[in-house]
Amino acid sequence: MEQEHNYSHNNFEECKKCTICTVYCPVTPVNPDYPGPKQAGPDGERYRLKKPYFYDEALKYCLNCKRCEVACPSNVKIGDIIMSARIKYAEGRPSLRDTMLGNTDFMGTVATAMAPIVNYTLGLKPVKKIMDATLRIDSHRQFPKYASQRFDTWYRRNAAEKQRQFKKQVAYFHGCYVNYNYPQLGKDLITVLNAAGYGVQLLEKEKCCGVAKISNRCVKEATRDAEINVASIRKAAIDGRMPVVTTSSTCTFTMRDEYPHILGIDTDDIRDSIMLATRFLYDLVDRGEVKLAFRKDYHEKIAYHVPCHMQKLGWTIYSTSLLRMIPGLEWIPLHQSCCGIAGTYGFKKENYNYSQEIGAGLFADIETKDPDLVATDCETCKWQIEMSTSKHCDNPISIIARALDIEETRRLNGVEPE
Amino acid sequence: MKFDTIIIGGGLAGLLAGIRLLENGKKVAIVSAGQSALHFCSGSFELLGRLGGKFVERPFEAIDSLPAAHPLKKMGRERAEEYTRQFIDLMKRAGIELHGDPERNSWRLSPVGLIKPSWLTLPDHLTFTNPHTLPFGSAAIINVYGYIDFYPQFIAAGLSKRGVKSVISTYDTPGIAHLRKSSTEMRSSTIARVLNDEDLEEIADQLNEKSRDCEVILTPAVFGLYSEEPLRQLRDLCDRPLWMVPTIPANVPGVRTQLMLRERFQRLGGEYLLGDTALRGDFRNGRLKRIYTYNLGEMPLEADTFVMASGSFFSNGIRANMEKIYEPVLGLDVSLHGGRTQWYDKDFYAPQPYEKCGVTTDDALHPSLLGKPVENIYAVGSLLAEADSLSEMSGAGVTMVTSLHAASEILGNN
Repeated sequence: MEQEHNYSHNNFEECKKCTICTVYCPVTPVNPDYPGPKQAGPDGERYRLKKPYFYDEALKYCLNCKRCEVACPSNVKIGDIIMSARIKYAEGRPSLRDTMLGNTDFMGTVATAMAPIVNYTLGLKPVKKIMDATLRIDSHRQFPKYASQRFDTWYRRNAAEKQRQFKKQVAYFHGCYVNYNYPQLGKDLITVLNAAGYGVQLLEKEKCCGVAKISNRCVKEATRDAEINVASIRKAAIDGRMPVVTTSSTCTFTMRDEYPHILGIDTDDIRDSIMLATRFLYDLVDRGEVKLAFRKDYHEKIAYHVPCHMQKLGWTIYSTSLLRMIPGLEWIPLHQSCCGIAGTYGFKKENYNYSQEIGAGLFADIETKDPDLVATDCETCKWQIEMSTSKHCDNPISIIARALDIEETRRLNGVEPE
Repeated sequence: MKFDTIIIGGGLAGLLAGIRLLENGKKVAIVSAGQSALHFCSGSFELLGRLGGKFVERPFEAIDSLPAAHPLKKMGRERAEEYTRQFIDLMKRAGIELHGDPERNSWRLSPVGLIKPSWLTLPDHLTFTNPHTLPFGSAAIINVYGYIDFYPQFIAAGLSKRGVKSVISTYDTPGIAHLRKSSTEMRSSTIARVLNDEDLEEIADQLNEKSRDCEVILTPAVFGLYSEEPLRQLRDLCDRPLWMVPTIPANVPGVRTQLMLRERFQRLGGEYLLGDTALRGDFRNGRLKRIYTYNLGEMPLEADTFVMASGSFFSNGIRANMEKIYEPVLGLDVSLHGGRTQWYDKDFYAPQPYEKCGVTTDDALHPSLLGKPVENIYAVGSLLAEADSLSEMSGAGVTMVTSLHAASEILGNN
């Protein structure tokens, strides 16, 4: 709800100073060096607009989780104000470490080429100690494993031709995680959507969504990548009339909202075409266009963790509703809170302890409720939960792929048996 | 996506109606644009505290003397009594115990040491029946060291007027000392979040020590953001009666009430869409068919009935611009049509006409669109016209009675 004569793009004029954002900020209670969302956001902005001198370096402690925005009764884009201020006013170029952490796609390209060596090396204690000392990447942090074959390579060699045979098509933005770390999720998506009668195409060109570059202030690179993505998505969504599905809540949120709000890239014409696969699939099932059949022998106790950017997207309902369609699935409710990792934030030495403190409540809740598995739509939440609890984490699409009676689902949707 | 009922607004009004519907087997979703005004509730719920500037002793009786257009008068005294019983029971099922005699208002302390009418209160909230004397002769007012939203001197002055002697001191813990590094974030909810069980014992020791010569302990309400458990523990650990004094918002008791009601709503299977904004509705044959929200985009939410519980100006349930006051989601009819200069009284402390501005309804709480009532929408809570919750102290009362009435009507109609 915007005021009629706002100057700002972020509704900063509408802040009523009610402090409700502060109640929900994950950082505030653990790190008193952080000025809190109200002070770092709209309050500080009043001063910064007057003189950049008032910029406070402590804004770097913001997770960019957007929980303040979700809580704000006045629709002030508090997180955007803070992130934009960091980009505009922070002094100095991003450090080598921040540039490395931000460039998930470059690092992924290099790492997948030598995956066994990289995975082995990154797990070694001395290596971790050196990275801790030289780069200030915390030695307690477990690195995600890299895959030896990239998802896009696998797709072109093994899937592309078969996918073309489907009458109905979607385009898939796989993101860095599926491409470099966990191609299985992309394969699971293809399994599920094929059974529902849809072929899966890759975008003409795909770059990293840029979330890590944005939070590490590598804005030029983020903008360059974003423009390539937007052009490809436009081609798929507008020229090709294909919805663009994703399997990461953070990539989705970044392309829909951070592109226009932080990078100033207009996405109005394609914003509604970019969606999580769970939203796409739920809608088809809800409208009776697709039928899903589940295996009789599937049984799992599942707890769903809501990633911060999923909460901001407001799409939890699609993932949880889809999962709850599975008859053999026992639902374990969790107290919803931030896991603390916030992408690359929790890798940094200065943030590691805060990151774990923020997530402590969630980890304890997961252990107490003891599900077989935690479901979540965000890969970095997955890393954090797997590192900090005894539980394995999976994307809802992978769970559906496992629970689905593929042959029966194909039959119900008029897809030829394999 | 189809539901039996969709509720726009996730504060006290939306949650009470939603919980009642879920308890009776309905499929319900709430769309809540940000957090609610319940965060400003200091622990006391009022039905009708003042009329014509005078203290109301018996709120149910006073409903009879309200003007015909007032939502409480429309509902009537008998229904108010019935829904009060439902309210107390519903809150109890959500884990929230309410104290006080519903038949009779009492008094409570405000954050600045004034006294205000009080009806039903959360536990550990000090109330008293005689405004001139308090149920104790001496009090230890003990603040959190460095806490910025609590004013012990004002409280002491208020107590002194009623013959109560007080001593002022502070308590501290390592967690609070750590938090004090921040000049801006020493707020009630942040303090509540850093205190854990071990701190409670340490705090109780200090409270006991510093209240040795007093009959009671008064301390700011910074305990128990997620449940009442820390309050119970602290009370058990204290040697003397312990009372929580309301702070400047956001208020821990109010946030806790919001979170516990939302938890209850979700446990019952309700979908709570937090941080989403209802944008517009589709009408067919004079009925609302579906609504569209910012986050869900082109995938609408459909329902048989809708409850508008979107609040007043604070929550953007009602908006004003230079020309008009309006309801922004569906464009429902609102009261108060005069020009801008008639919306307010220049005396800041006088009852303000705009406070009574809101959505107009028929006696069954159906709002209207261009003069025509919409039969499958109910408007409830502070969105409603003709109640002035500030000067009447009727906010919670109007909300509770109208939202539970809407739920009853929906259950009866189906």
